[in-house]
Amino acid sequence: MTLPLCTGGVLLVVLAWELIRVRSKDAASRAWGSLSRWARGVSRVGAPSAGELYDPGRERRAEQRARALLRSCVSELDWAMYRDLGFLRVWGGGTGGTHERASYAYLIYPHKPIVAYVPQTGELLNEYCVTFPDQTRPYGSARLPNSDDVLAKWMAITADERRLIGEANMHLPGRQLDPERVRRDLARMERWERGRPAREPDGVRVA
Amino acid sequence: MKPGHGEIVLAEGDVEIPEQERELIEAFRRELDAGMWAAVPTERVGGRREAELVRCFEDVPRDAERVIFFPRAAGGSSPASRQPR
Repeated sequence: MTLPLCTGGVLLVVLAWELIRVRSKDAASRAWGSLSRWARGVSRVGAPSAGELYDPGRERRAEQRARALLRSCVSELDWAMYRDLGFLRVWGGGTGGTHERASYAYLIYPHKPIVAYVPQTGELLNEYCVTFPDQTRPYGSARLPNSDDVLAKWMAITADERRLIGEANMHLPGRQLDPERVRRDLARMERWERGRPAREPDGVRVA
Repeated sequence: MKPGHGEIVLAEGDVEIPEQERELIEAFRRELDAGMWAAVPTERVGGRREAELVRCFEDVPRDAERVIFFPRAAGGSSPASRQPR
């Protein structure tokens, strides 16, 4: 009688121990997972404010908002160019946006130098390195979303070209951007424009 | 425009209502004091779009729908070698 009771007791103790061990392991694993996520958040976004963890969707949402803002500011043609090719073209020299009078133009890439070139020949003139850093780092980074960076360059060039160029670091072509890739982009743009309906002289599409 | 967030609405109001105009002016000055640039997107006859940089609230066209603040431009980093695009 005593032996079966003792055996049953031992089995209960062993089962209880196993249950406690498995649950403790899960809890420890969850705690480590949280810690890892927090650590990744710090390395990804710099120094989040107290209680703020890294949100992997935040930058994607930021870029979506930035694209909507860019689209609301530039012309339909410019938006289509950015959407399809990944860069914007701005006619230079205060020509009022008409390519017939422009002796040069700019290509605006997100977080890359602005490239000046001659539209008639495709000759690359200069690279202008310019950034728009927000030193308050509101979300741990000083870097604007891609489309906001393009919009900031577009606004600064169309509003006050000389001022922006004066702020930029000027280099010869090839400093940061591969000239061959820029030429390929110019060729892509030419093909892209040929594939679009006829446009009025000021660059506005005829609907 | 904010890094990591994109567009944030700072203030909204009607410039014809004095109280709301004061709020807009305060928000405008706060951003410029923080070192931001202010631009007003405009549309010319023919549909051409461009922007106008404004340095004081009086420069903002009365019929402007919005003013966009963005960090001041600075000369970018210039690594000696090219970076992959």
